[in-house]
Amino acid sequence: MNWITNYVRPRINSIFSRREVPDNLWSKCDECGTMLFHRELTENLNVCTNCGHHMHITPRARFQALFDGGVFAEIAVPDPITDPLHFRDQKKYPDRMKAAQKSTGEHEAMLIGAGEISQTPIIAIAQDFSFMGGSMGMYVGNAIIAAAEEAIKLKRPLVLFSAAGGARMQEGILSLMQMPRTTVAVQMLKEAGLPYIVVLTHPTTGGVTASYAMLGDVHIAEPNALICFAGPRVIEQTIGETLPEGFQRAEYLLDHGMLDRVTKRTEMKAELVTILRMLMGMPPAISGVLPAPEARSAEEESEAEAEGGAAQAAPSSDKPAEAPAGAKESTQTGKSGK
Amino acid sequence: MTNYLDFEKPLAEIEGKAEELRALARANDEMDIEAEAAALDKKAADMLVDLYKSLTPWRKCQVARHPARPHCKDYIEALFTEYTPLAGDRNFADDHAVMGGLARLGDRPVMVIGHEKGHDTKSRIERNFGMARPEGYRKAVRLMELAHKFGLPVVTLVDTAGAYPGKGAEERGQSEAIARATEKCLQIGVPLVSVIIGEGGSGGAVAFATANRVAMLEHSIYSVISPEGCASILWKDGGKMREAAEALRLTAQDLQKLGVADRVITEPLGGAHRDREAAMASVATTIESLLSELDGKSPQKLIEDRRRKFLDIGAKGLAA
Ligand SMILES: [Zn+2]
Repeated sequence: MNWITNYVRPRINSIFSRREVPDNLWSKCDECGTMLFHRELTENLNVCTNCGHHMHITPRARFQALFDGGVFAEIAVPDPITDPLHFRDQKKYPDRMKAAQKSTGEHEAMLIGAGEISQTPIIAIAQDFSFMGGSMGMYVGNAIIAAAEEAIKLKRPLVLFSAAGGARMQEGILSLMQMPRTTVAVQMLKEAGLPYIVVLTHPTTGGVTASYAMLGDVHIAEPNALICFAGPRVIEQTIGETLPEGFQRAEYLLDHGMLDRVTKRTEMKAELVTILRMLMGMPPAISGVLPAPEARSAEEESEAEAEGGAAQAAPSSDKPAEAPAGAKESTQTGKSGK
Repeated sequence: MTNYLDFEKPLAEIEGKAEELRALARANDEMDIEAEAAALDKKAADMLVDLYKSLTPWRKCQVARHPARPHCKDYIEALFTEYTPLAGDRNFADDHAVMGGLARLGDRPVMVIGHEKGHDTKSRIERNFGMARPEGYRKAVRLMELAHKFGLPVVTLVDTAGAYPGKGAEERGQSEAIARATEKCLQIGVPLVSVIIGEGGSGGAVAFATANRVAMLEHSIYSVISPEGCASILWKDGGKMREAAEALRLTAQDLQKLGVADRVITEPLGGAHRDREAAMASVATTIESLLSELDGKSPQKLIEDRRRKFLDIGAKGLAA
């Protein structure tokens, strides 16, 4: 089957959802302290132009840079039940959720995009460290299952960008159960013979590393990303071992055989394209900046919108979402989470 | 000598008094204390019932970690015959925190795998307090593959505070080892039954407990993080472990409601350590019953059911 027949239509709104960034804003590099123009930093994917330090990037910004023309279709994720344990620490879990939603403008800690990278159709899924530390709860589990199902349906590779402090404690054992649940998703992809590439970004720790983030066909990390099961502080506190320079950083893991590659964010797209096209038996990519895949006619767009689609999954968009054709089906995937 | 937990202090006092009286009577023939001692016994027995009637989640954590609680090695020795340990991950080492090997449960040959915490200083150090390194998980993977190849059911006994947080463990891929063990649990076409006998600590437990059937002892716990760890992160105060234990819903009873535990195995009054033989016998009965539920299922069906079971977890929360 030709992939075009199954193609999930891109949602154009992703171009407009980019927050307006005033030209005169400066940011300071966390690492070298250099003052950087905000725009310059954004154009360089939040990588310091002075020292090369990789700063946090949101899934949406990453996808806009990753997909051809910045266009991707957002795949809906089945919402799990809210606050299953009625969890309360110093704050109530629902209040923490609301605060995270407000500060990030996102619904949850995972974003799924379908689109093309150098005309290579893929499904990408990215974890949002700014949303409660990217923590893996039922939503994140549902998202990985939905992304795997979408990839299988469309016969596309899945590229996962991990970033999380670990499991979401406020969901207790149900967050822990995302380790086996996401492992099932990875197995489904493998059985379908589709590539599963994990891009480990700073930080990827705890139960996330000990499940889907370490089960990729290929593991690529961003430079200096912290990747571990037990964090350095935990090790120092419980064991009292002194840890060597660079311990648990991407380059250290590369040396210890846990990763295939360490690749700069600015070179990640080209590398993913090269690897995926070989794994998928496709000819080499055409080099250069590629335009967005062509949108279909306006009538079709409004038809798709009327069906419901995945519009609710894009809280930060300031334009009405044009629902992708595949969105209705995709809202029914991963039904196990309901 | 009984090893009392802090909340058992009043009980310890009464039982201590009764013992003291009897010791006095033994030294002095003229004293008749039996009535008084019997009254104290009665008081202690009532108090034990009372204390264990509704243990708080934190007290359950304490019971689950009780040093005299039967451990993996005890279960293997008491319940299985012809236990033949199989060692090593064929890569680096043999991890003594993980026991495993061929054994018979009744007549049935099985592969038994579990975390062993040790029972005294020497064995605790040797067993690394039940905290496995990557080699332990890789040994488990190897044994699960062997069981799969020869059609033997796998029984896992889970009792760990968590995977070992150490420099070497991290360097040798603790995360990958846990992920692969969980993956292997999901791949084997033989029945996989898991019993949480004490502590089910986070990913280190999941790696063994991604099973067709999960049973938990009445006072065992299974959690994403220890109450102490959770308290220090969310309450910024490690001393708030009681609150954290409450909030995490880590008891066997809550986990059954959440669909994570399929069975809760009743413990002897006062916890498994007060009557180890009875506790272990109940576990044997449960394992046999769970294995018989899985008898006759095809390898494909066992794999599918296991996947479905985990995909479906989370469909319901706790009632308000
Ligand atoms: Zn810099």
